[in-house]
Amino acid sequence: MKETKRKKDGRQSVSYAKWGYIFIAPFFLVYFVFTLIPQFLTIYNSFFETYRDGLKQIGPNFVGLQNYITLFTPDADGIIRILKYASNTMIMWVAGALPQFVIALLLAIFFTSYRLNIKGQGFFKTVIYMPNLIMAAAFSMLFFTLFTRGGPIQMYLAETGAINQTFDFFSNRVTVRGMIALMNFLMWFGNTTIVLMAGIMGIDQSLFESATLDGANAVQVFFKVTMPLLMPIFVYCLITAMIGGIQMFDVPQVLTKGNGAPDELSRTLVMYLNGYLTNKNYGMAGAISVIIFIITGILGGIVYKMLSAQYKDPEQK
Amino acid sequence: MNKHMSQNTKGMIQLFILRFFAYAILIFLCILCLFFFYLMVVNSTRSNAQLARGFSLLPKEHFLENLVNAWNDASINIPRGMLNSLIIALSTAVLTTYFSALTAYGIHVYDFKFKKLAFTFIMAVMMIPAQVSALGFVQMMNKLHLNNSFIPLIIPGIAAPVVFFYMKQYMESVLPLEIIDAARVDGSNEFHTFNTIVLPILKPAIAVQMIFSFVSSWNNYFIPALLLDKAELKTVPIMIAQLRSADYSKFDMGKVYMFILLSILPVMITYIILSKSIIRGVTAGSVKG
Repeated sequence: MKETKRKKDGRQSVSYAKWGYIFIAPFFLVYFVFTLIPQFLTIYNSFFETYRDGLKQIGPNFVGLQNYITLFTPDADGIIRILKYASNTMIMWVAGALPQFVIALLLAIFFTSYRLNIKGQGFFKTVIYMPNLIMAAAFSMLFFTLFTRGGPIQMYLAETGAINQTFDFFSNRVTVRGMIALMNFLMWFGNTTIVLMAGIMGIDQSLFESATLDGANAVQVFFKVTMPLLMPIFVYCLITAMIGGIQMFDVPQVLTKGNGAPDELSRTLVMYLNGYLTNKNYGMAGAISVIIFIITGILGGIVYKMLSAQYKDPEQK
Repeated sequence: MNKHMSQNTKGMIQLFILRFFAYAILIFLCILCLFFFYLMVVNSTRSNAQLARGFSLLPKEHFLENLVNAWNDASINIPRGMLNSLIIALSTAVLTTYFSALTAYGIHVYDFKFKKLAFTFIMAVMMIPAQVSALGFVQMMNKLHLNNSFIPLIIPGIAAPVVFFYMKQYMESVLPLEIIDAARVDGSNEFHTFNTIVLPILKPAIAVQMIFSFVSSWNNYFIPALLLDKAELKTVPIMIAQLRSADYSKFDMGKVYMFILLSILPVMITYIILSKSIIRGVTAGSVKG
């Protein structure tokens, strides 16, 4: 029946290998069917011309790299759209992520400082983490109703004279991008705070004590002790935030009704992809997907390396 | 002595100022987080005419009226949307946590040839977003006539690398292998051991991950919007986006705020009750310092 062998430590171990395969089978089966095959289909599509012209279906015709060439060739207006949308995405991500990380770092230090001894931490954390769970589409819709012309915030600001009566938050590049960045900031700074805080608490307390005894002030302790030791977590947070940033979609899509107004300056990469998916231009959608896949693949590779480096060394805490 | 005293006072004043700034920043951020949601709640209690008059921080008496209007709206069937979202999110939460735990257990407890490869594979694909395979996914579901079905929104939850990783880490810290050996001696079948002995030990991890997967499924917009076009199958985020694309000027604004409130209500109630354990769950699964 079952083969029994003795391990070096004397613990009896029976070969139950079969069960390992049975237990992981559902995961791999589902991943294969619902992610891996679609992933190959997506890449495959990127080499074909497939789109709808009115009611007529064009293709699929094999075109090699033509979709990729089209993607990086200036269109009739002389614009390389993918680069425009990539830069929109990056600008809005940076505008939200910069305050997100600065504030999160500051709050993480506040919360972990014995000297400051902040009271009511449970309450503060509950409130700042809350927007992370809010449906992005609903949050975006809320911003639209509040800031649109005739919406309460626009009216209030116009009445107090802070803005012009006719000022439209949605026809101005800076305010549209600003609102998207603000929403992203609000949705993520609490999450980052909590992760960084856990990182700081994981640092050996005696290091702070000895640094203080050696006469280091708070700023020196931060730059010489906290920050270097927090680096792995900080970089991990930053890269996962970048991967999240590339996926930016729900907020600008709902806020601008999918058109990326004004003048497509708030249109993101995934909105571009979504546009081709909804009008069934599968060739171009495939090429964009592959490009996003490559970018996230590189960033994800860094995260993978960090996680597995930590994983191989269980002593590291 | 005197000098020492003055240094001490200087330190006290410094600390006082620091504390003042810390609390000021925290309170400011809390107000910023709550402000927009407060306006949403207040506006959901005001009538369209009151809303047209402008900004107000005080609630009015039209809450029930707006609720009834929103609930019975002819074009946006929010109760149906909430039911659809609830079915999808609950099923996803159950499948995701159960199968992630099962997969993690398979790799954690058993020794088999491809164990390392399986683990490496899951870790490697962890960060790949759903959007980059969406095209093939939608194409395949259309071919299988599974668009306008909840199956493609629920079943893929069985393969959730992030939840798997969380469960694996949790097992490493709490699951003693001796318990499993003891169960084997008692003649317990492996599957039975997992369901009756291991799952109860994993309860805290399962609870936290159930909440997170419920929330992300409830809020998911990208994939459902590409698959569902039958009105009676639409989920809440699709309806909210529809609200934005509809002719906006014709809407009763009190009703619009009520729709938004309803769309986030289930998640908010869960959060208010379980915020402590949710926040504790945020940190696990990330890199340790």
